[in-house]
Amino acid sequence: MPAGITPRLEVKALADRRVQPVISAENLTKVFSSGVFFRQQTTAVNNVSFEMYPGTILSLIGESGSGKTTIGRMILKLLRPTSGKLYYKGQDVTEIRGKTALREYYRRVQGVFQDPFSSFNPLFRVDRAFDMVYDVFLPDVKNREERTREVLQAVNLNPDRVLHQFPHQLSGGQLQRLLIARALLLDVEVLVADELISMLDASTRMGVLNLLVDICKNNGMSVLFITHDLALGYYISDYTMIMHRGRLVEKGATREVYHNPVHPYTRMLFRSVPDIGERWDRSEKFVPEQVDEEIAEFYAKNRGRGLAQLSPSHSVLMSLE
Amino acid sequence: MAAEVILDVQELRAYYRILKGDVKALDGVSFQVRRGEILGIAGESGCGKSTLAHTLMLRKPPLRHIDGKAIFLGQDIMTMSKEAFRQRRLRDISIIPQYALDALSPTKKIRTFMSDIVREHGIPADKKFFERVEERLRFVNLSPDVLDRYPIELSGGMKQRIIMVISTILNPELVIADEITSALDVSSQRFAASLLVELRDQGIIGSAMFITHDLAILYQIADRLMIMYGGHIVEMGPIDEIVYRPRHPYTKALIDSLPRVGVQYEEQKLEGIKGTPPELLNIGPGCRFRFRCPYKTSKCEQTPITEHINPEHSIACWHYTEIGSESVG
Repeated sequence: MPAGITPRLEVKALADRRVQPVISAENLTKVFSSGVFFRQQTTAVNNVSFEMYPGTILSLIGESGSGKTTIGRMILKLLRPTSGKLYYKGQDVTEIRGKTALREYYRRVQGVFQDPFSSFNPLFRVDRAFDMVYDVFLPDVKNREERTREVLQAVNLNPDRVLHQFPHQLSGGQLQRLLIARALLLDVEVLVADELISMLDASTRMGVLNLLVDICKNNGMSVLFITHDLALGYYISDYTMIMHRGRLVEKGATREVYHNPVHPYTRMLFRSVPDIGERWDRSEKFVPEQVDEEIAEFYAKNRGRGLAQLSPSHSVLMSLE
Repeated sequence: MAAEVILDVQELRAYYRILKGDVKALDGVSFQVRRGEILGIAGESGCGKSTLAHTLMLRKPPLRHIDGKAIFLGQDIMTMSKEAFRQRRLRDISIIPQYALDALSPTKKIRTFMSDIVREHGIPADKKFFERVEERLRFVNLSPDVLDRYPIELSGGMKQRIIMVISTILNPELVIADEITSALDVSSQRFAASLLVELRDQGIIGSAMFITHDLAILYQIADRLMIMYGGHIVEMGPIDEIVYRPRHPYTKALIDSLPRVGVQYEEQKLEGIKGTPPELLNIGPGCRFRFRCPYKTSKCEQTPITEHINPEHSIACWHYTEIGSESVG
């Protein structure tokens, strides 16, 4: 690790294993089959292990088709893992069945997705979306109106101005805040935020992002922040995982991964990130496809090392065997 | 010596005319594109940046040209007949539209698709033409085999390269690139953006207008930067001057809100801009940023006049002299 960069306090605490993970994945794999006569198999997620801790934000970074959304969907039980294990506080997620158990699970584990407009029923006013949350998850709550107002104020929305609106009358930023407010209402422990701010403008997304960080830190929520934007990942996350073609190629404390990237794919990503204040090297002949050769060379050179732990909070896939 | 101007836009206005009235998406913009430059055009959704591209290239109802000129190589393309303009498209001026990746016909091989397009512009799709295409494909690091593939077999990054090859095949003087990097992965973004620079450096294209919401990409490749807000140009100047010494309150807030590698929320909390962009339907005069601007006064009810801070740097704000220029940099 370069000088001047100290791991954060939480990182140390986690390394000491004093905190139990809320979600842990062990050798998680998902294979999709397609085709009727000629079965074609695609391994979307390949042997991935990681842990999510309360009060921390874990960024999952990868390009399209890397399998990052598939991981989020498995946590949300929208997809079933092909092999490997996924635990929620020690409980096997695939074994959570039955109405009551599922309802309890979704009270604690929720997702917010990229397109806020399709997350709302366009025919219902916003307050109806909240009422449904109460009906399904919190039937015993008496002071509904009051609690809704509380959470809306927590996400910097004026309840009188949003509650009786239809989704199309609100902006994307407002809708994303509403979804976060809904998660707040349920007091969720795990939030899967899949490209949460990709559809928002630069001037509005920081508000949503800061809110997410504040809630995570204050309520001890654990966030899986799925993104393709490396600068945003750096800004908000405690831990970072880099995915490439279904494999987790590098993971660790955010600063270590960003300041000392080891895997050729991670290095290529950092070379191509457009960063204000630092220009791309124009003399370099940059071709995205070149990374495949670099990876093959890297794996050949490090044969036998597999997933190597370079420091207590930084590991890299050095070779495939 | 002043660089040669190839596109001179003067007080251009274009509205979307709908039942309820006019959506004033482009409301009196004036700027010039110089030979050999890459002009970056940035702003949030609804600022009029794509409308600008559409106004210049293909006005389709409900978008209407209200007034103002756009003089391209000595001729006003706003008053040019459709047929006369079609003669110039692809040859002299070419657009790489947003969502061009989806424009490739799924049932046609790339070769057929290309032939159809150039024939439409009156160019024979003969052996000589395809020799040139193959040469350009190699230039963008694609094998000529892609000509016999279907779009579904290609990745987003590859499709974008093909689109860029088609749009620039006749060496146009000016290319308008509208959000060409938005749907791509970061590595393909770098390739596509750098490719535009390389095409310019090699003299294959003359100049380019690069429209995007992503200021970080413009910082990488643009020579000058134009910031739009609510159908107006708020600030324009050399890229480094705008990024490091922005003067308009909107530009400042926008640049301050950008995340960069090395900035973490614990140490430096980035702030967004409160409020949302204005509704442009039947909007009256005045600075359009005034609803979100901390420096707003009654004077801002009048549309600000564009002033020059120096010959290269212009700004449309009544109060920029009082605001100063300190920034994060």
